[in-house]
Amino acid sequence: MPQISGFAFPNDVHVWWSLMIVMYPYITGFVAGAFIVTSLFHLFGRAELRPVARLAMATSFSFLLVASLPLQLHLGHPERGPLVLVTPHFTSAMAGFGMLYGGYLLILALEVWFVWRREIVDRARRSRGAARAFYATLALGTYDTSPEALAVDHRAIAVLAGIGLPGACMLHGYVGFIFGAIKANPWWSTPLMPIIFLVSAAVSGIALLLVLYQVVSKLRGRPADQPCVSSLARWLWLFLILTLSLELLEILVMAYERSDSWLIISELITTRLELSYVTVQMIVGGLIPMILLAVVVLMNRYLHPRVRNTLSTAAALLCLLQVFSMRWNIVIGGQLLSKSLRGLRSHYEPELFGREGVLMALALVLAPFAILWIFDRVLGIDPPGQADGEPEAHAAAAPGGAAATGPGLGDVHP
Amino acid sequence: MDDRTPCPAPTGGPSTPRVLGRRAFLEDVLLLSGGAVVFLAGATAAAPAAAAEGAASAPPAAEGYQPWEHRWAYLVDPERCIGCGSCVRACSAENHVPDGFFRTWVERYVTGMDGTSVDSPNGGKDGFPALQVAFVATKSFFVPKMCNHCRETPCIQVCPVGASYRTPDGVVLVDGERCIGCAYCVQACPFGSRFLSPETHTAEKCTWCYHRITRGLRPACVEVCPTGARAFGDLRREGDPVRHAIEHDRVAVLQPHLRTEPQCFYLHLDGEVR
Repeated sequence: MPQISGFAFPNDVHVWWSLMIVMYPYITGFVAGAFIVTSLFHLFGRAELRPVARLAMATSFSFLLVASLPLQLHLGHPERGPLVLVTPHFTSAMAGFGMLYGGYLLILALEVWFVWRREIVDRARRSRGAARAFYATLALGTYDTSPEALAVDHRAIAVLAGIGLPGACMLHGYVGFIFGAIKANPWWSTPLMPIIFLVSAAVSGIALLLVLYQVVSKLRGRPADQPCVSSLARWLWLFLILTLSLELLEILVMAYERSDSWLIISELITTRLELSYVTVQMIVGGLIPMILLAVVVLMNRYLHPRVRNTLSTAAALLCLLQVFSMRWNIVIGGQLLSKSLRGLRSHYEPELFGREGVLMALALVLAPFAILWIFDRVLGIDPPGQADGEPEAHAAAAPGGAAATGPGLGDVHP
Repeated sequence: MDDRTPCPAPTGGPSTPRVLGRRAFLEDVLLLSGGAVVFLAGATAAAPAAAAEGAASAPPAAEGYQPWEHRWAYLVDPERCIGCGSCVRACSAENHVPDGFFRTWVERYVTGMDGTSVDSPNGGKDGFPALQVAFVATKSFFVPKMCNHCRETPCIQVCPVGASYRTPDGVVLVDGERCIGCAYCVQACPFGSRFLSPETHTAEKCTWCYHRITRGLRPACVEVCPTGARAFGDLRREGDPVRHAIEHDRVAVLQPHLRTEPQCFYLHLDGEVR
């Protein structure tokens, strides 16, 4: 039984939303964050992100496939989980999950298909036997790779990215809304919550791509493209500043207003969450990477590639820790304080084994990387023309040239 | 996105694959997914009740009971409560409440100029041992608590499958056969009235003993209270003492600022109680 300091309602001493509910926003955060990176390239024409655009999309897709598992694992009745999709009760924010998740999955799958369509067709033409049948199935019976068809692909990618970006933002903002709209819990109840979730998702997604890009470059034995690393570091810095500002703003307003809940929340932060909030979320995962990234961004032109790679990767790893601790502090922290606002329960320690244990959480985080590896084997995540053994991709300019499709739409070489 | 360009069949592949336009393909996908949803809905609706074995389903109303003829309300008089815990024990026995969880509980308040102490050892089930406080105590009282059966209830609002619902006679219940055990309602209840049962893995809470009140009986906790600190009444009945007290006496509800419109009223409630 947990120890209580002060007074908690007798039913209020349990952590109902366990480690799995920490994992859920962490994983969907990668989905949204990685998609933001791919949108920067496909929608906003950040051509310097071309080396990671496909990696970002594949990462978003891989994490999305795993995203619903932690929810399913935490339900008291997992076999009734589909009821949320089939008979949703629409006054509940949670009931929107099916539509948001399903809709975004459809958009992302379509976009993946359009982006990789040429490779699918090329591989279908190159392979034999079962592999050929597999790629032919993936090609959905259309083998047209004429410039006109590719131009159609590019337009489709642009449209899908345009729908997908708000979709990704909604999918993750809504997770924040689930917490932010619970008036019973003062640690959660703030309209800032969806925005904080979304901005921190961008941090985690960009940070993950910085690390992944370094790893992929090492594995491929190619140097990481420095303009791309610089750009990722710059975006990461921006979103980290935003997320820290918003997280501090939330606390500052509570403290300044001396709201009725501030007494217990200040005790929560300085006792139960001292390590995970003050030390990890704000200092180790917040302040330190902010300084490291400031160095990378402000002294960009003077940095040796190795220094830039090391500093940005170290900062990115700390950012990944920051976002995890932020999820932990919100989900678990909010359940350590009683709704009586008079007491706190002792620390929550997740089990090691079991449906909602640490090992399961690790498996959930590792699963997307396994999917990503399979994705790479099947379709390749390198930009066209870079993958080993691939024929040099030829330019497929849209009618009217690049101006018609905008810069950086699709993965065509100029 | 039409497919006017002829598709060259891949060399050496299947003789000639069926040329399927993108538009036609998308139509097929839509048809298929629509069918899948219908199938899934049917499959889920027909899911065997065996899965829900042991689930505490909503207590059935008695035969011939007309819910719209009643509007139930609960009245607590903290000044009469002596903290004996009979109500908690009766509730536990009547509703098979799992150990360590409470559909009703009693809180003890000891207050003075320099502090307030609140406790509820084992929900007050075993009464209250003597207490030493570190300040000069000037006032002490007990407060029975339970689900407030709110009219604007956050728990019903947040249930993703509609397992929590409000009956026409104003009682908030959980359908244990539908509840998926997500605990969103537990998080949303400001009063700490709900819990997930470790036995049924579904949300449970006080039902005002719906199985009793629909048979003309009173809730178990009201039945056993030796001092009349707990009273249960029907706001639709002329001359009902609970209705009279709510209409004419000083009553308050818990956490009124949250605007959940509790139907559990407290006489002369002290400001320390949340």
